[in-house]
Amino acid sequence: MRIALFVTCLNDALFPQAGIATVTLLERLGHTVAFPAAQSCCGQMHANTGYAAPARQLERLTEAAFAGHDVIVSPSGSCVAHLRAHTGLPAYELSELLVDVLGVTDVGATFPHRVTYHPTCHGLRMLRLGDRPATLLRAVKGLELIDLPEPEQCCGFGGTFALKNAAVSGAMLADKCANAAATGAEYLAAADNSCLAHIGGGLARHRGAPKPIHYAEILAATGAPS
Amino acid sequence: MSRNLPIVAITPFPVAAAHELGDAQLRANLGRATRTIRDKRARVVAEVADWEPMRDRAAAVKDEVLDNLAELLARFEAAAVAAGATVHHATDAAHANAIVTELVKAQRAESVVKIKSMATQEIGLNEALEAAGVTPIETDLAELIVQLADDTPSHILVPAIHYNRSQIRELFARRMPGFTATSDEPAVLAGAAREYLRRTFLAAKVAVCGANFAIAETGSLVIVESEGNGRMCLTLPETLIAVVGVEKLLPRFADLGDFLRLLPRSSTGERMNPYTSIFTGVTPGDGPQRLHIVLLDNGRTQVAQDPVGRAALRCIRCSACLNVCPVYERAGGHAYGSVYPGPIGAILSPQLTGQDAGFNKTLPYASTLCGACYDVCPVKINIPEILVHLRQTGPKPAAERAAMSTLSWLMRDRRRWRAALRAARSGSAPLRLIARRHGGTLRRVPWPLSAWTAHRDAPLPAAESFRDWWRRTHESS
Repeated sequence: MRIALFVTCLNDALFPQAGIATVTLLERLGHTVAFPAAQSCCGQMHANTGYAAPARQLERLTEAAFAGHDVIVSPSGSCVAHLRAHTGLPAYELSELLVDVLGVTDVGATFPHRVTYHPTCHGLRMLRLGDRPATLLRAVKGLELIDLPEPEQCCGFGGTFALKNAAVSGAMLADKCANAAATGAEYLAAADNSCLAHIGGGLARHRGAPKPIHYAEILAATGAPS
Repeated sequence: MSRNLPIVAITPFPVAAAHELGDAQLRANLGRATRTIRDKRARVVAEVADWEPMRDRAAAVKDEVLDNLAELLARFEAAAVAAGATVHHATDAAHANAIVTELVKAQRAESVVKIKSMATQEIGLNEALEAAGVTPIETDLAELIVQLADDTPSHILVPAIHYNRSQIRELFARRMPGFTATSDEPAVLAGAAREYLRRTFLAAKVAVCGANFAIAETGSLVIVESEGNGRMCLTLPETLIAVVGVEKLLPRFADLGDFLRLLPRSSTGERMNPYTSIFTGVTPGDGPQRLHIVLLDNGRTQVAQDPVGRAALRCIRCSACLNVCPVYERAGGHAYGSVYPGPIGAILSPQLTGQDAGFNKTLPYASTLCGACYDVCPVKINIPEILVHLRQTGPKPAAERAAMSTLSWLMRDRRRWRAALRAARSGSAPLRLIARRHGGTLRRVPWPLSAWTAHRDAPLPAAESFRDWWRRTHESS
């Protein structure tokens, strides 16, 4: 299948590994990936911070960049949720594409580590990803999936909330980090690098806490040295 | 526009929240209480097979009310008057307070007993009555606690959620006449309050209440409660004054069934509340002989004109959204500066009194948009959507506006965006050396991003952006 990648502005600039992993995984499964270079941002940050006009411009730009593509994948739950609510694009979060469209649950990955999974709010409540990511992770060879306590609790990121309401955001983050550390996992995986930048930034200050990782990187891993 | 202090934030939310966060006792009380209620709610909601269709029906009924507000109000008034009630219309808080004060004065009452009511909290009725020389006595246990402490409620359903039982025992010992108990067992505390309140009920000439629902078809008012204090107030005094927000209407008596199932499960996590009182007009020789109903607008008609924001008026004050909100759980109710705290308060207060009043404009930002509130709302108010709507229509700082338009300008052109990514990468190259010490992240950055590193490390731009990687690996041929 020919699949267009919406990498998201955040992954493009700060976390290209999530995009690279998505491409690597889909190509390994025999699909062709396209990357329309006119894409940048879906407009979510502008819309949610209160700037409707620039948000609409970016939504229209994204629609134009992906015109003619039948299947669009993105390694970000919140950006897919935004595209679904504000554009007519056929956008899928990675686990939706794999499980619902491609019908794959075992992607042939190997990742011999203890992993816990944080279901980010937009994946959980806007996209209703349910157990799709966990199903994919459980099929990874060598991976031990450990339940995260209070998984449905928001990590406290919330875009500019993390800056505007730093104290409350920090208090929510402290609880999320404590729950993540309590699992004894080596990695904390999630479907959104925005939340992971926030949680990972907190975990970096705890000795022995799990390392943040986008779950696409786990699904792309084959155990071979990268 | 009327500006009523009880629903205006007088401190910016982030400042008030940071202050409240410093109170370890408050955080422990709130964490324990909200967790208990939300677990109870989840259990009893899961038992109801038709919960989702019922939410849809309830939302539709409330929207029908908002679509036909004037007509339904007229129908309610005609039915209530026919049954012997007197109906008053109050445009704002001051108007409502004046009407109620005059009615109390006409009965030469020096005090009134009160049933817990958000509408009277919203208009600051107790303060208005006190100013007129009338003593209002709250008869709901939690409201009584808050009143004895000269405090303000911090939760819609559980106004004293920020107190634990040992704090309550101490308060009763200081402020409740005749209190002698040394135990802080809930039953002992409730028993002492009951004894104190019984004397009050029997002496009261006037009672003031709100209403959970007002039925247009029959002119009936409905009050849902747990303690029986409401039933006392509704039956013992000769005069009853109800202050009712105009959005409390339901068109038909038959609509009530769904709401009586939705409300207790959502609010207290009970299958059914202990006391439901439905009363219509006046019955000679039985119960209050004078019933005054004050229909309160106070900004509601204006909110009903906003096609997005109006859904906030569906609210039945269950407070399920408070109990699941991670921000409310940490900050507590007082941080919202309004008798309507939590997610519903963040959309209700700025709409009722305007975003330019006090620091109301900070309330729509008091949320991560995690969506937990929308999931539990029994009348399906899309709170995150309204929060975003209020952010988009409210005032914003000039520097932020400039930064946002620059960013979107860079993002709207592929050459500009690619150049920006490369500039960010080379500009941050020296930082990479510093960051190496902490595994590739930054521990401290200058203002305004220092708000980020106060709580967490910051990521750096990647050494190679995704689009550069794509060009190198997929377009080099």
